[in-house]
Amino acid sequence: MKPYSLMFAGVGGQGSLLIAELTSLAAVSAGFDAKQTEVHGVSQRGGSVETHVRFGEKVHSPIVTPGEALAVIGLEKLEALRFAHYVDPKNGIVFINDYELIPASVTNAENIYPHETVEYLKSKGLRVIVLPASKIARDLGDGRMANVVLLGALSTMLPIPLEVWEKTLKLRIPAKYAEGNMKAYKAGKEMMS
Amino acid sequence: MREFLLGNEAIARGAWEAGVKFVSGYPGTPSTEIIETLATRFPETNPRWSANEKVAFEEGMGAAIGGLRVLVTMKHVGLNVAADAFMVFPYSGTNGGFVVISADDPGMHSSQNEQDNRYLARVGKVPVLEPSDAQECHDFIIAGLELSEQFKSPVMLRTTTRIAHHKGLVEVGERKEVEQKEFVRDAKRFSVPIYRLARRPEVEKTLNALMDYAETCPFNRVEHSDNKSIGVVTSGITYQYVKEVMPEAGVLRLGMTFPLPAKLLREFCSAYQTVYVIEEGEPFIEEYMRNLGITNIKGKEIFGVIGEYSPGRLQNALALGDPPEPYTEGVNLIPRPPMMCVGCGHRTVFAALKQLKVTVSGDIGCYTMGALPPYEAEHTTFCMGASIGVAVGLEQAGHEDTVAVIGDSTFIHAGIPPLIDAVYNKSHLTLVILDNSATGMTGSQQNPASGKNVFGQEAPKLDLESFCRAMGVGSVEVVDTWHRKEIVNTLRRAIAYKGPSVVIARGACQQLPEMKKRNVISFIVEEELCTQCDACFKVWCPAITRTDQNYPVIAANECTSCTVCAQVCPTDAIKLAEAFA
Ligand SMILES: Cc1ncc(C[n+]2csc(CCOP(=O)(O)OP(=O)(O)O)c2C)c(N)n1
Repeated sequence: MKPYSLMFAGVGGQGSLLIAELTSLAAVSAGFDAKQTEVHGVSQRGGSVETHVRFGEKVHSPIVTPGEALAVIGLEKLEALRFAHYVDPKNGIVFINDYELIPASVTNAENIYPHETVEYLKSKGLRVIVLPASKIARDLGDGRMANVVLLGALSTMLPIPLEVWEKTLKLRIPAKYAEGNMKAYKAGKEMMS
Repeated sequence: MREFLLGNEAIARGAWEAGVKFVSGYPGTPSTEIIETLATRFPETNPRWSANEKVAFEEGMGAAIGGLRVLVTMKHVGLNVAADAFMVFPYSGTNGGFVVISADDPGMHSSQNEQDNRYLARVGKVPVLEPSDAQECHDFIIAGLELSEQFKSPVMLRTTTRIAHHKGLVEVGERKEVEQKEFVRDAKRFSVPIYRLARRPEVEKTLNALMDYAETCPFNRVEHSDNKSIGVVTSGITYQYVKEVMPEAGVLRLGMTFPLPAKLLREFCSAYQTVYVIEEGEPFIEEYMRNLGITNIKGKEIFGVIGEYSPGRLQNALALGDPPEPYTEGVNLIPRPPMMCVGCGHRTVFAALKQLKVTVSGDIGCYTMGALPPYEAEHTTFCMGASIGVAVGLEQAGHEDTVAVIGDSTFIHAGIPPLIDAVYNKSHLTLVILDNSATGMTGSQQNPASGKNVFGQEAPKLDLESFCRAMGVGSVEVVDTWHRKEIVNTLRRAIAYKGPSVVIARGACQQLPEMKKRNVISFIVEEELCTQCDACFKVWCPAITRTDQNYPVIAANECTSCTVCAQVCPTDAIKLAEAFA
């Protein structure tokens, strides 16, 4: 069995690493082997962050190969574009949070932001699902939970039962945020039904 | 019990289980999480941040000859700093088990070069273990300490970024206390320079014993295949890529890459028609095999020496597939480079240096980003501490307008001897010490200038200004790093001063826990007063973006209240949210 490969893309501070980790932990708890690795630049914050997750019966490489990912999860549009080529063009899905984080170079008119990302990726024949994750999270009381909304949507594609997701969220997320995040997770899941 | 651990966490866990009683190191990606994990989860291993890698290594040597099991951690270039000690330790050999982590960085994700430290180990005649996954990070540190005691030799455990920074399942165990070994005063062994001639043959004896051991050691593993057309010799993370891309090939996985097993390599290669040598970095194993006279091998001519390997790269090199490239055609895939954080105190200093149009000799830290837009006010950067020596040299070459810039951690690490030298040799050096009370770039660890130790507890705080004065620096001034005008004026005075001068730009790193926990009143923009002059955007603060009407807007949850945007606003349109309400 070929492992399930996932690519989480975002900007430092958005929490892409957290949902990657939740996915790995849920996979492990569901009895799979799993590996995860993160690639980020030199600095603490503000740059692109990519996290690779692979799980299955037996996993060798932690690195996802471009073209093999079952899903690319973009917490931000430009970052979704940057890592979209990781998706399996036939069977994979690119999940994109309907959210733009404008780099300072754009604010200072030195670069132009590619607002047309979604249409562009669709024109390349990719299956793209745009979700208003940031908006849903804000409506639930905290915009920072956009990552967990996306996780809820992603979970509908993965062979991991609901109880395992619930258990993992409870285990990994501090008690005072657990309820909100559980709601965010479920909201994301409902978006896909 | 199994845990899902980072390679570095697995190393920490293994060290704890092996009864390690002293750990020293200096932060450096990708090694830093080892000591961080030990400090938070396994304090009985007695971890610490040392002033630099040489000090860390020497403290480790002392603890090991004193009879403890010891772990010393650093990134690959850290071993250059510790090399003096590293090269001589094998001459005495160790008493308690001693393992040094060399965390190499193929791909230079967060390093200034791509050096392959297996060569340093060969020069020092120190055995090298290379784990291929998180489980082996755990197992090899335990086995490495035993190996070290068995051969009385220091051992290097070489990780790479992908090994150190990937997570996998690890079967863990409990701590086993190990009895401290007796330290006997034995100058004939431990006073190496005097007794070097007697010690020299001992080094070869140990190396020869290790060479025999390598032939049958448990670290190397042969996985034969019925198909004898292709074999692979590999090590480290690359083993995983080989299993992924060439599942049918016979494999010799080397878990010990120095000394290499000549007999085993010959045997393996004779069983296969063609053998690929697949190793990240330099052709370390390949050259050895060629020197043995093995000819049915292919290596670097196919896979290359530069950068990190991946399954995709192997597919490509072996013509087994052509993974897709990023989408760039017909779309503006702009970069998102790392930036100074919201409220970072380094910004004002680089704005001032840019304004003063001086040549800037920079150093290694978050402030290296001063070389990037919008400042482009750092003109040389090499390695830790080099800012000062290079500025002195540039001055000798006639570039007297040079200002050296260094962080507090880097100053302590390698900036002190060059500053003493600048005073001694009568330089007119101007030095800016960016004192943010943290080793910022690697994750804001504690250092001797931060007044905290590795556990976050109070520790003696180095008084930088008295220290610089005691070194003989004639002019030492301290300035609030968020005060733009003060910084420019102080710098002007320092540059004009005839003699060595130091400006300490002080202000805590925004990533420190105490800074994050503060209650902050954010700034907001009063649009009626804003003339859209764009001055605030030029601060390049990530918290300031544009509204649809082109006004600046400050993200309240990100603003650190550093005041810099308010200082640059010519119409006072940026105000504390409280004052506005
Ligand atoms: C010899 C060596 N050791 C460690 C590192 C890793 N490293 C990069 S920058 C840095 C220190 C940064 O601290 P500081 O000088 O205080 O500047 P800051 O990042 O806080 O601005 C370290 C330890 C390195 N590049 N070289």
